[in-house]
Amino acid sequence: MDPRRTARTVSDPKVRQVGFFTPPPDHAISDPPRHHDPIQSPSQSSPPVNDRSPSDSSLSPVMIPPPRHHSDALLRTALQATSPTKPFSPSTRTVMIPPENKDLRSPGRKVVYGKSPSSFSGVKASSVPASELTTVSVVNLALGISVEGKILTAEEAGGASVEVQNDRRASSKPLKEKTSKAERRALQEAQRAAKAAAKAEGSKASSSASKVVTSENTKPIKATKPSSQKNDGSQVAASDKKGGDRAPEKDRKKDAPHPRMQYDDTSRVEKAKKRAVVKQTEARNRVELFRHLPQYEHGTQLPDLETKFFELDPMHPALYKVGLQYLSGDIYGGNARCIAMLQAFKEAIKDYSTPPEKTLIRDLTARISSYVSFLIECRPLSISMGNAIKFLKSRIAKLPLALSESEAKTTLMLDIDRFINEKIILADKVIVEHAVTKISDGDVLLTYGASSAVEMILLHAHELGKEFRVVVVDSHPKLEGQLLLRRLVRKGLSCTYTHVNAVSYIMHEVTRVFLGASSVLSNGTVYSRVGTACVAMVAHAFRVPVLVCCEAYKFHERVQLDSICSNELGNPDAISKVHGREEINYLDGLVNCENLQLLNLIYDATPSDYVSMVITDYGMVPPTSVPVIVREYRREHLWS
Amino acid sequence: MDAMAEFVVGNIVRRVLYIIREEDLSLTTAAMVGLNLSAVSDDEDDADRDDQPVLSATAIATASRNALHPPSLQTLLEDVPDSAAVQHTSSSGRDSEGKSKSADKSSRNRKLKHDVVEAMNELIQDVSTCHEPIVVRVEHIHQKYLFLEVILTFGSSRTVLQFLCVAKERKRSFLVLVAEGAPRYQGHLLAKELVTRGLQTTLITGSAVFAMISRVNMVIVGAYAVLANGGVIAPVGLNMVALAAQKYVVPFVVLAGSHKLCPLYPHNPEVLLNELRCPSELLDFGEFSDCLDFGSGIGASLLNVVNPTFDYVPPKLVSLFITDILWSISALLIQCGDAMHSPVSAITVSH
Repeated sequence: MDPRRTARTVSDPKVRQVGFFTPPPDHAISDPPRHHDPIQSPSQSSPPVNDRSPSDSSLSPVMIPPPRHHSDALLRTALQATSPTKPFSPSTRTVMIPPENKDLRSPGRKVVYGKSPSSFSGVKASSVPASELTTVSVVNLALGISVEGKILTAEEAGGASVEVQNDRRASSKPLKEKTSKAERRALQEAQRAAKAAAKAEGSKASSSASKVVTSENTKPIKATKPSSQKNDGSQVAASDKKGGDRAPEKDRKKDAPHPRMQYDDTSRVEKAKKRAVVKQTEARNRVELFRHLPQYEHGTQLPDLETKFFELDPMHPALYKVGLQYLSGDIYGGNARCIAMLQAFKEAIKDYSTPPEKTLIRDLTARISSYVSFLIECRPLSISMGNAIKFLKSRIAKLPLALSESEAKTTLMLDIDRFINEKIILADKVIVEHAVTKISDGDVLLTYGASSAVEMILLHAHELGKEFRVVVVDSHPKLEGQLLLRRLVRKGLSCTYTHVNAVSYIMHEVTRVFLGASSVLSNGTVYSRVGTACVAMVAHAFRVPVLVCCEAYKFHERVQLDSICSNELGNPDAISKVHGREEINYLDGLVNCENLQLLNLIYDATPSDYVSMVITDYGMVPPTSVPVIVREYRREHLWS
Repeated sequence: MDAMAEFVVGNIVRRVLYIIREEDLSLTTAAMVGLNLSAVSDDEDDADRDDQPVLSATAIATASRNALHPPSLQTLLEDVPDSAAVQHTSSSGRDSEGKSKSADKSSRNRKLKHDVVEAMNELIQDVSTCHEPIVVRVEHIHQKYLFLEVILTFGSSRTVLQFLCVAKERKRSFLVLVAEGAPRYQGHLLAKELVTRGLQTTLITGSAVFAMISRVNMVIVGAYAVLANGGVIAPVGLNMVALAAQKYVVPFVVLAGSHKLCPLYPHNPEVLLNELRCPSELLDFGEFSDCLDFGSGIGASLLNVVNPTFDYVPPKLVSLFITDILWSISALLIQCGDAMHSPVSAITVSH
C-alpha cells in the first residue's frame, strides 16, 4: 500500500516485534545444496512403479481407482514404505472417528463429525495450563482420514514433516542420480530457453486462467497472479491484488481489493460455469436483493461429486475431500476450515511434481488457483481462508528459482505449518491469556453461537478457578450454540441456554459479552455469524461491554457498510423446516410458490460502535486499531 | 403471575365494570333530570319553591358522591334503594312522589340490567371488529418511487394480516419481510397466509433482523397489550427489532385494538409481566442427558433453559400506535387508556 515504507529488516525499537518476525528459514541448511538440479521430469520415473499403483491404493481394497499420475504414485509408495507410525493424537476425543477409515465412498455421510468435540492439534508443548484447546470442528478428523493414511497433523509437523522430507528426498535421490551433471546443465539450459520462449504465451495462459479464477472468486484477495510474474520482472496484469512484495509504482493503485464477482452479471456467471467442476443448479425464488450472491440448490451437488470422485484428474483427492466436507457442513468455523484447507494444500504440494517445460512457481500457483476455485464452488471462501491462500501464493512466488523441486516443496510445507502454528494455534493461546484477565468472579458472560476462540477462553477461565456463569444464545437454523453448550456443560460450567429473540430478556443480568468473529474489517466492522449484530446491539443498549475475539490473520483491508453487499446465502430449506420439531410444517407445499422467498443469511456485519474491544494476538485493541494492525504487521510478518 | 399475562382478559373485565357503573350513573342522572322537571312543573306551589334548590342540591351532591365512591355492583344491580331516592323521600315527604319512586326502583333495576347487557353486546361487537378502523389507516403504506416499499413484521398477528391485505386491495405494492418468531415460529403461519393471498413475502430468521433492517421502510407489528405508559408487551424478540429500527430510523408502528390498553404500569416488566414457556421448545427433553446427570443434585443446576414469551418495548421506541378509536403517539394513548377504565376522569358532570 505505501511504497515509501521499506522492508523492516532492521528491528525498529519503536515497533514491538511480537515474535512473528522469524529469521530466514532454517530448513535450507538441512537440504544439501542442489542448485543445479533440473526440474525433475516425471517421464524419467521408472515404469515399474506404475504397476504397483493400483495395488497400492490406500483406499478400500474394493475400490481401485484408475492409476494416477506417475509421480504421485511414486511418492505414495515411498511414503507407504515409511509410514509414520505415530498413532492418532490421543487427545482427540475420537468417539466419532469411524473405523471405516477406508470407506471414502460416502464422504458426505459423515455428518456427525461436525458435532463431535475434538481438540486442536499442536497443543502438547504449550505452556498454557489449558490442557487442550478445543475447536468446534474436526480438524484432526479430517487429517486422520486423509486419503493415504498419512498422518500429518500440525503437532507432528515438526517431527513428521522432516521425517517425510527425508523419505522423499531419499526416494527422489535415485532418480536424480540417473542424470549426470552435464546432462542436468543441458536440461536446465533448455528449460531456460523454453521458459523464455514460453513466457509470453505461458504467462498469457496462466494469466487468463487465473484471471478467470479471480473473476470467479467471491473474495478478491487471492488474485495474486501478478506476484508470480513480478518475480520475472515485468507483467502488469489485470487489476489484481498482489502478494505484498515490493510493488512498482504503477501497481500501487491496484492494491485496492479487486471487486468480487457479482453474480448478477450473467456473462461472467456463464464463463464461470463453463469452468466449474461442480454442477450447480441455481435456486428458484432467489431473493431480489441478493441477486449478486450465488445461490444454488443445496443437496444436489453432493451425490454428483461423490460419483465423480475418481474422475477428477487435476483435483487432488485431499482437496476433493475437504471440498465435500465443506459442502456437507461437516467442517465449519473460520479456523477449522482454514486449517483443513491448508492441510489439504500440503498434501497436494507434497504430491505435486512439475510438468515438463513449466516452472514450479507458475505452475503450482495455477494449480493452487484451480483448487481454490473448486473449493469456492463447494462453499464460498471465508475471509480467513482467503488470507491463508494469499499467504501461500506469496510464499510460492518468493521461492528462489534456484531451489530444487523437493526443496521448494519442503519449504512450502514448512511455511504452511508455520502459518498454522503461529497464526492460529499460538494466536489462540495469546488471545486466551489476554481474555481471561477480563473475567472476574461473579461475572455472567454471554456468548452467541459457537466460536472456537470464545470456547477456549471460557474453558481456560474455568480451569483457572474463576466463578462465573455463561449464557449461551443460539439461533435457528444452525443451532450451533447447542454444540458449545454441550462442551461447556461437560466440563462443569453452569450455563443458561436461550434463543436470540430472548436476548433482551436475559441481557439485564449479563455483565460481559464475548463474541467470536469470522473477520474484522478495516472500518472496525465485525463480520461474523448472522445474529451477532443483534446481540451486540442489545448489549450496547443495556450498556454491557462487548468483547470480540479474533485472530489477527483474519483481519482484512476491505470495508463493508451493511450485511447485504457481501454475504453468503445458505440453504433456504433449512428455514422452512425446523430441525427436531416436525409440527412446525406450515410451509409444506408452499416452497415452490413464487410469492414466497426464503432467505437464509450466514453472515452479518456488526457496526464498530457496538464493539468495545477486539482481543487479538497483538493485544487488546479498540476496533479502530484494526486497520493499523493490518497495515503495520501484515506486510512484514505475514508476507515476508 | 399467570393471571398477569392475560392482559386482555383483565382489560375486558375492567371495561365491563366500567360499563355497569356508567349505565347506572346515566340512569341516575336521567332520574334526577326527570325529578327536576317534575319539581319545576309544580312551581305554582309556593311551599315547594324553597325545596327546589335544596332538592336539586342534595341530588347533585349525591350524584357526585356516587361518582367519588361508586356503589358496589351488588348495590346497583340488586336491591338497595338509591340514596338519592332516600334523601328525596325524607326531605320532601311527598307520598305520591315517594310511592312513584319505589315503584320506579324495581323498574330502574330492570332498566339498568338491560342497558348493561346492551352495552356489553356493543363491546363484544367492538372487539371482534376492532380491525376495521385500524385497517383503514393504510395510507401509511405507499409505493416508493421506483422501488417497492418493504415492510418488516414479526411473528403473527391477525390485525397485521388484515392490515396488509387491505393495503393490497388498495393496490399498494409492497414487499413483506416476515421474521419467524422462534421458538413458536409464528412467522411461518403469517408467511403462509400472506402467500396464499398473493403478497410477496420473504421469510427471514430472527437473527437476520439487524442485517435486513437497513433496507426496510417500515416495521408494523401487533401487540399483546399496551401499558399505561405507552409501553408495549409484545412477542419475544420485538425489543430487538425496535432497537434496530431506532438505530436505522425506521418507523415502528404498533397496531392494537383498544381492548388491549391496560392501566398497568411496567415496573420490572421483564419479570413481572412475563411468562416462561416450556424449555422443551428449545432443547428437547433428554437431549442433554448424556452430559448431565439429572439424578444427582449437581447436574440439574448446571443447565438452565430460559424461554420467555413476552418482551417489553419502551414507549420511546414506538413511533405510532394505531388503534380502533384513535391513532396517536403514546402520550395521548395514556389519556385514552385512563378514560376507558377509570370512571373518575371520564365523567363530565352534565350540568
